Amino acid sequence: MTTRIGIITNVFDTRAKTRIEKLKNQGFKKIKDLWIYDIYTVAKKLDAKQLVSIGGKLSNPLTQSVVFRTKKIKYTPPQEFSFAIEIGFLPGVTDNIGHTAKEIIKDSLKTKFRDDEDVYSSQVTFLKGKLSENDAREISLTLYNPLIQRAHIKSYEQFLKDGGMDIIVPKVNIKHQPRVTEVNLNISDEELVKIGKNGIQNQDGTTRGPLALDLTFMKTIQSYFKKINRNPTDIELESLAQTWSEHCKHTIFNDPIDDIKKGLYKTYIKGATEKIRKLKGKNDFCVSVFTDNSGGISFDENYLITHKVETHNSPSALDPFGGAITGIVGVNRDTLGFGLGAKPVANFYGFCLADPTVDIPLYRDKNKSQKMLSSRRIMDGVIAGINAGGNQSGIPTPQGFVYFHEGYRGKPLVFAGTIGLIPKKIKNKPSHIKKALPGDLIVMIGGRVGKDGVHGATFSSESLNTGSPAAAVQIGDPITQKKLSDAIINEARGELLYNSITDNGAGGLSCSVSEMAKESGGFVLNLEKTPLKYEGLDPWEIWISESQERMTLAVPEKNWAKFSSLMKKRGVEATTIGKFTNSKKGIVKYKNKIILDIDMEFLHEGLPKRKMVSDKTSNTKQQAIIPNDMNLNKSFSQMLARLNIASIEFISAQYDHIVLGGAVLGPLQGSGRVNSDASVFRPVLQSQRGVVMSQALYPMYSDINPYDMAAASIDTAVRNAVAVGGNPDYIALLDNFCWTESNNTKRLFQLKMAAKACYDIAIDYETPYISGKDSMFNEFNGFDKNSKPVKITIPPTLLISSIGVIEDINKTVSLDAKNENDLIYIIGETFDELGGSEYLSMKKISNSKTPIVNTKKNLKMYKDFYKTLQKELVASSISIGRGGLAVAIAKKSIGGMLGVDISLKNIPGSVSRDDLTLFSESQGRILITIAPQNKKAFEKIMKGNKIRQIGVVTKKSVIKIKGLSNKEIVNIKLDQAKNQYRETFQNY
Amino acid sequence: MIRQKTNIEKLFKIINMYKPKALIFSGYGLNSEAETAYGFTLAGAKSEIVHINDIIDGIYKLDDYQILSLPGGFSYGDDTGAGNAYANKIKNHLWEKLLKFIEKDKLVIGICNGCQIIADTGLFPAFEKNYGQRDLALLNNKNARFTCRWTDLRVTARTPWLAGIKKLSLPIAHGEGKFFAKENDLKKLKTNKQIALKYEPGEMSKYLDLSYNPNGSVLDIAGIIDETGKILGLMPHPERGMFFTQLPNWQIKKEEYKRRGKKIPSEGPGLSIFKNAVQYFSK
Repeated sequence: MTTRIGIITNVFDTRAKTRIEKLKNQGFKKIKDLWIYDIYTVAKKLDAKQLVSIGGKLSNPLTQSVVFRTKKIKYTPPQEFSFAIEIGFLPGVTDNIGHTAKEIIKDSLKTKFRDDEDVYSSQVTFLKGKLSENDAREISLTLYNPLIQRAHIKSYEQFLKDGGMDIIVPKVNIKHQPRVTEVNLNISDEELVKIGKNGIQNQDGTTRGPLALDLTFMKTIQSYFKKINRNPTDIELESLAQTWSEHCKHTIFNDPIDDIKKGLYKTYIKGATEKIRKLKGKNDFCVSVFTDNSGGISFDENYLITHKVETHNSPSALDPFGGAITGIVGVNRDTLGFGLGAKPVANFYGFCLADPTVDIPLYRDKNKSQKMLSSRRIMDGVIAGINAGGNQSGIPTPQGFVYFHEGYRGKPLVFAGTIGLIPKKIKNKPSHIKKALPGDLIVMIGGRVGKDGVHGATFSSESLNTGSPAAAVQIGDPITQKKLSDAIINEARGELLYNSITDNGAGGLSCSVSEMAKESGGFVLNLEKTPLKYEGLDPWEIWISESQERMTLAVPEKNWAKFSSLMKKRGVEATTIGKFTNSKKGIVKYKNKIILDIDMEFLHEGLPKRKMVSDKTSNTKQQAIIPNDMNLNKSFSQMLARLNIASIEFISAQYDHIVLGGAVLGPLQGSGRVNSDASVFRPVLQSQRGVVMSQALYPMYSDINPYDMAAASIDTAVRNAVAVGGNPDYIALLDNFCWTESNNTKRLFQLKMAAKACYDIAIDYETPYISGKDSMFNEFNGFDKNSKPVKITIPPTLLISSIGVIEDINKTVSLDAKNENDLIYIIGETFDELGGSEYLSMKKISNSKTPIVNTKKNLKMYKDFYKTLQKELVASSISIGRGGLAVAIAKKSIGGMLGVDISLKNIPGSVSRDDLTLFSESQGRILITIAPQNKKAFEKIMKGNKIRQIGVVTKKSVIKIKGLSNKEIVNIKLDQAKNQYRETFQNY
Repeated sequence: MIRQKTNIEKLFKIINMYKPKALIFSGYGLNSEAETAYGFTLAGAKSEIVHINDIIDGIYKLDDYQILSLPGGFSYGDDTGAGNAYANKIKNHLWEKLLKFIEKDKLVIGICNGCQIIADTGLFPAFEKNYGQRDLALLNNKNARFTCRWTDLRVTARTPWLAGIKKLSLPIAHGEGKFFAKENDLKKLKTNKQIALKYEPGEMSKYLDLSYNPNGSVLDIAGIIDETGKILGLMPHPERGMFFTQLPNWQIKKEEYKRRGKKIPSEGPGLSIFKNAVQYFSK
């Protein structure tokens, strides 16, 4: 028996108000009224008394009432409406609310749920107004995502006739006998290519989705199995595809390219870190880099901090909310999976999106049956995903960014990062070292396995097109993960109940188990022991599923009883699914039959190296002449409202950035609440030491000069940290390459140049890379509204994140001007460097002169500047980045809600015009204010650097700037500047 | 020497024995237990973070503690209404023990999600000591969104938790913080003087130029006590405002202090609430 329990809100419902406003804004002006019912569909036999009791537990008697509907009991609504739209999940999609409701019912009725019993949540929106059925359908499309949800619409008449909405139980019902099939590889090369591209063929002729294995890989696999005289099973082939995927092995970054035999990663990224560690000698702060799920550096004598930034692009294009939430809870697991398990202490986000105010319909197929979500839907979704994942997990999110460019219309980029904290020693054992030993049990903890996320890793190694599998979409469950995280970090870790731990991310068990088995030398696994969400999964699906909230651990047999009882007490499911061995073999059994048997050596090292060639000819752009800007007042003001400059307070304020109590410098600074490019927090409340985090990216420079692009990103990420008080000697970097068309030789050349800059600049600054990630195929191949093929490529995007340790957080400095009469200084030189600048984007002009980074000059300057901060001589400080000096001046002024009086005459550097000076994005510059009495001391320390006082802070509430010839070029009221800065996203 | 050291250790042991003991709940998505415990520790209490299942299983006994704290968090992901599922868990398993606990001269505080849990269990307002009756609800913020910012508060009732405090500033971070009660009950809250904290215009809302009531709460309510004043539930977070460097304006204040040659403080306003609890048991 199934019962629908409807919860009606009897008091003013803010959700309904927000929804009706949003719909009206979207053009549905005929809606007169709207209200919402929350529905729990309880598929379990319960008596009337039990149902009433449950209704009470699922609602608030003060503000809500409860109605029931079963096959027999009809429901008559108390008031008339036009249409009711019910949105629920599709079978198999994670339903967190349903899950909590089930927990409540279990706990309060002291009852158990059989496998075929469950609780499902859904929501009915009632609409009143003169609406057509088509209107209702259109409205429903704005309320749900067909990839993960279902919508069901009924008119009032139909609703009355039926006695309510239909009783729908979205239970997964797969009538399928799990089986293992052999894949014949004694076939032609063309057929090998087909399998590699489209996947293994099912009996009905359909294919299982991309393996993303090219011919070289397929032939290597073919000859391996030829040698052992048999064909592979489907699970063996799927497993190799996962382990060898671009997503997991990063072949493009690892394989030889041109004359770089060791590949870009080993030569330029890891190579830089190795050299820097030697250069730093006893001051080397790296502890565990590139070998683990996150990179770890020393924080103080007792703790390490870790950092990792992931991308979650492909899933976010299809289901932005699910993609972003799994992105953030996924990278949290990269923290839990560092060493013996680090505690997540700060989150980071970054979104690269298309203009949300413009909607250009795009389709994945020619028939236009698979419409891509609009840029606004994607933006709202990814923001909400990080909100849910971060806030519910109780991890502060102090830092992040949004960057807009039309190249992201077909494929958004979603960056998610987490900083972690772990004691250096646990029971006297170095915490960053872990080793699964032969004989240890393979234990999976957390969520269960379903079809969600099958082919996630191979899918993200391909570009987005018609065949992109919907099953690749997952939704995170932060609370299941929080329970797991608490149990590991607060309890199991301290007792060393396990020898090793890693995350189940890309490739699921297939990757986590075989990665850990490298430590011991082999594994044997009994796949049928894996707890499943529902029956009917083929073994290969269980093996590669990316169902969320799971970690894999190596637990010594003697600790199992204690470990499992602890997990049970904390409501965390833990299951032994196999054993680590030293047999040099990876073996998977299913119901006592061996279905996977591969040499560990082949699994991990068998993939052939493919030599890549790059092509340096580029379509260099003509250096267009930049017309002299005669209305700088207007341009100054317009710049502040640019999507890439404007305040994103609406995001910062909906992300909890103060939980855990360590907030020092947050995302919004000063009285004017200006978004900062760097944040500082204390991970250990007993200590005055802090962590600074920042980031930078300049995708607009990439096509002009990828070397300068990477150099500028590194300089800015380092400088942002230095500007707020980071010690230039104690900064580490993370690289995230999101490239496009990476099999194109010209793109490979750009990649090579960017990687080379990563090496050169990092070596000069002695800022080691500690972790990184790349995503190589970010493009969209689909159709426009006329069914014409469209290809949209992202601008090659390199995100550099910086993390540094601050000895005394009391000496950090925020960006806002503090006092009237304080002196304004610019540190660093300005040149006519506007190629790829935000200003020229606004003016739609291309220019080849991208900023050039002078590391030697900058490094001395940063080090001296750090000394002035240690002496507390500086009152405010902002790094000059996107939008140039103009934007930095505005932010400083708005931040402090104080005016400024500035003259650009005699500004250090070499500039030819006022407009170029204001908007140049020359690197190596910081804009600061100091108290007049600190002038002498400040200038003395900064001696030998290019600095100049360019103005004073005033109480006049006006931003006044005089040009190179001392004539006034900008005169704008502070309030106007503030309004411009805040207006763009005001109603988001 | 060794002998002396042992004596000091003994002394500490004795001091520890006389420190009030605070139990901080954890589990199922509560997440502010560590900093809340640290607040009590800084104030001079002995704090212990305990998983709710360990209390249910009887491994820890409420009777051993003087102070009980339900900290902030996102228990059960706020599903079925913030605090509701955790409140159900308490009512299903710990209700009798909790009623016995509050009968004695003890203190209870619920912060943010803890406050929502207290509302849903009916530990406040508990008119005429009718504990368990749900007369207060916390609804979605007026902007229908999770909001993280600083607010200013006025103390409007007598409770040991807020003794000696007239006003203070603290941050909020919640999605469902709008207090709701029926007209009649609002009147009772006023006459009984059970509204402990109210949002009001002050230093922070002025500094940040934000409306003083962050969520549309009725009568600007930010915190409520039961009739005894020993149970306090508040939406703002004292543990996120107990250090000077947590304040949104500490940078400009630091400049002011420095230029006037004054000492820069290290504490924030929130610590006083924890100190009050410890003070209560030291009398």
